[in-house]
Amino acid sequence: MTVRLSMTVNGQPRTAEVPPLKRLLDVLREDLGLTGTKEGCGEGECGACTVLIDGELACSCLVAAAQADGTRIVTIEGIAGRDETLAPVQRCFVEQGGAQCGICTPGMIVAAQRFLDSGAEPSDANVRAAIAGNLCRCTGYQKIVEAIQAAARERGGGA
Amino acid sequence: MLRPSLDSLTEGRAVGQSPARLDGRDKVTGRALYLDDLTFPGQVFGRTVRSTVPHARLLGVRFDPAFDWSGITRVTAADIQGDNVVQLIADDQPFLARDVIRHAEEPVALLACADRERLEAALAHVFVDVEPLPPVLDPLRSEVVFKQYLIDHAASGLAEAFARADRVVEGTYLVRHQEQMYIEPNAVCAVPREDGGMTLHGSMQCPFYVHRALQRLLRVGEQQISVLQTVTGGGFGGKEEYPSMVAGHAALLARKSGRPVKMVYRRDEDVAATTKRHPAVMRHRTAVQRDGTLLACEIDVVMDGGAYVTLSPVVASRGVLHAAGAYRWPHARIACRVVQTNTPPNGAFRGFGVPQTIFAVEAQIEKIARELQLDPLEVRRRNALELGDETPTGQKLLWSVSARECLDAVAERSGYAEKRAAFARENAAPGARRKRGIGISLALHGAGFTGAGEAKLKARAGVELTPDGARVLSISTDIGQGTLTVFAQMAADALGLPVPAIEIAESDTSRMPDSGPTVASRTLMVVGGTIAKAAQALSRTLCSFAAEVHGAVAGDVLCENGVFIARGRSLAPFGEIARRWLAERGPLRVVEQYVHPQGIEFDEVSYRGAAYPCYGWSATAVELSVDADTAEVRLDHVVTACDVGKAVHPILAEGQIEGGTVQALGYALLEEVIWKDGRILNTRMQNYLIPTAVDVPHVETILVENPYPHGPYGAKGIGELPATPERILRAIDAAKAGR
Repeated sequence: MTVRLSMTVNGQPRTAEVPPLKRLLDVLREDLGLTGTKEGCGEGECGACTVLIDGELACSCLVAAAQADGTRIVTIEGIAGRDETLAPVQRCFVEQGGAQCGICTPGMIVAAQRFLDSGAEPSDANVRAAIAGNLCRCTGYQKIVEAIQAAARERGGGA
Repeated sequence: MLRPSLDSLTEGRAVGQSPARLDGRDKVTGRALYLDDLTFPGQVFGRTVRSTVPHARLLGVRFDPAFDWSGITRVTAADIQGDNVVQLIADDQPFLARDVIRHAEEPVALLACADRERLEAALAHVFVDVEPLPPVLDPLRSEVVFKQYLIDHAASGLAEAFARADRVVEGTYLVRHQEQMYIEPNAVCAVPREDGGMTLHGSMQCPFYVHRALQRLLRVGEQQISVLQTVTGGGFGGKEEYPSMVAGHAALLARKSGRPVKMVYRRDEDVAATTKRHPAVMRHRTAVQRDGTLLACEIDVVMDGGAYVTLSPVVASRGVLHAAGAYRWPHARIACRVVQTNTPPNGAFRGFGVPQTIFAVEAQIEKIARELQLDPLEVRRRNALELGDETPTGQKLLWSVSARECLDAVAERSGYAEKRAAFARENAAPGARRKRGIGISLALHGAGFTGAGEAKLKARAGVELTPDGARVLSISTDIGQGTLTVFAQMAADALGLPVPAIEIAESDTSRMPDSGPTVASRTLMVVGGTIAKAAQALSRTLCSFAAEVHGAVAGDVLCENGVFIARGRSLAPFGEIARRWLAERGPLRVVEQYVHPQGIEFDEVSYRGAAYPCYGWSATAVELSVDADTAEVRLDHVVTACDVGKAVHPILAEGQIEGGTVQALGYALLEEVIWKDGRILNTRMQNYLIPTAVDVPHVETILVENPYPHGPYGAKGIGELPATPERILRAIDAAKAGR
């Protein structure tokens, strides 16, 4: 049995004919060809599969396809500008050493973008809390925190 | 032609700067393709049937006759045409168990199917018939010794030193398994070839390990195997040797099915079955003077190797060579053995035996300070190795020794003395419910392979000319640490080119020279230096050509920022000369072989001599608080000073140090493998906890640059230096003791 899903993915209308319990992660990767969203654990612990569903962070490995019907989804592929210009947070990750092996990076950047969009004060504690659901084994988080803070400063109109 | 030594490398515009990492853009946009992101035409999926018991006679593997096996490929040991042996140090580990099961999770059979749901269902219809045997799970009860070592450093004077000591301090220290927990699990795809060979794509550190393993397994020639590394989502040693196993399994299924076979481990399978850090039991007996001067030590280390030899002899070797820590010992006797147990084999993990033995010696130093009522920092300072001192193998330290400098730097930056005094007062106050502590530890880490390793390996790497610059040729892998970027920086400076003019060739065993495995903190120092040397040679050739074409004197020509100049006169852009060479003379490729510095020799029988060409040094201060009611530990601040020789890319260097430090904090505070009857109970990220961003504080890094004269630009290996957990426990001790 399959269901027909209609979603807005990265601003584009997309449809897929899939089993209703197929993981959203697999729908994105296999049916829509969006492999930027990664799988690290399959149980919502690592956050590598983080996407935005209707503006909220979600681990796409824990979401059944049928639940995503009619939603607006943003994946890592939707963070950069249409002309492929990196979003400030992406550029700051590259410049500040926020990505090492890179497997956690897509989920981490989606979470970081959500934090930046919230307009919260980019204190060390706030930034760390915002990415507490995303595991990174390479960086020790320091440079990720610094990259997000640098992006926040740019957004704030500062240097 | 005279070859300048590396000492003559001069920094250009790239080395010492922090250009954007080459793979950065792909990684932040989600475009970087890891193995599971690739689809191979006609691919099927592979799974492994494993033993559930730790030790048994294997009577047979049965496939349920009531199950529909159509479309499912089945492989057992009987299908193997070549050697059923995972090529590494000893020929003891089979790809698939044949007669005996030696550990739980040992592979017994393989299945492949295009439909993943049917594949999962099929797993429940394979029956492994066994006759259980008693397992050995305690390394101290094992009678099978894989390898043992003894370091004898003026040991004839040991008894006398212990007799005249003011104090003899004894301690036993235990460390357990640690899981690498790279976020991308092991993943490969084997694609069968018409010539009977195999092309293997995968997440790995050492493509030639896999290459050699597949040749033997499939019984084919060197040319019939190609191994290509895909973007790799972390390794930390965990993808040093185990990918050979996964690759072999996928290749067996691919050969039998005739289709590409993708094997991506589930997280629980990766944690349950693949290698971990070796647990160790370490006994110290130390003779010490009242003022804290170390006189002599006896150290006994037992490591648990697990069921097969894998890399255990080399891990134990590195462990024993670091067991005396970064200290001066007039007399030492250090023994180490690594033994077999019926548990999954332990293997490479960042630090490679050293975090274990440094942990023990640092704990022992702390105990000595406590018993003598001295400041532990002063005991470390008093005994820290200095230039001209000898290590326990009799290696005289001739260069790049920074133990004292690192200690002093973190003591100052962390405010150690003031905080120690203030915390002691606060902790003693009546009703203090949070006890605070600060501790400093010291470590060293030998850079590059142990002993004669590099001299035997003869790593080769090079560069080739492209129309606009050069391409770096090596098999060294970027697993996140930034290899591609530092190679490009070093090649760029040697050629007088900007970093974007340098490309890195795909990591493919059929086309790249063997620059050796990506392990042992050797890649930048050994392979990077070899690439720089090759780039210098390529540069000389092109400078001569530019001189010839433009009527200049060859010796006057150099390339600066992409332009050939002679005595201040611009001759031509690099690309113009490069394209002309390629059109008129064809490809230009320079491959150099690594030359180990002369006089750095080690005797692998007596364990005497220079075990490593140089050492990285680090000191770390950890400040934390402990809740007196709940015993909860909160990390407040971490300062670490690391001597890296030369920070070729400071941001990447700091990234290694911060990341390694947090892994060590995890090992000390959070991470624990829980066993029952030889199997791991906590095989998931939900129950094997690694640090999140809120579990660790700001890690402040002080880069110390004390150059290694034979390293490129003075650089030495640092990747593993920060991986030791000892630092944290010192601070907890301090807080608990109310000091």
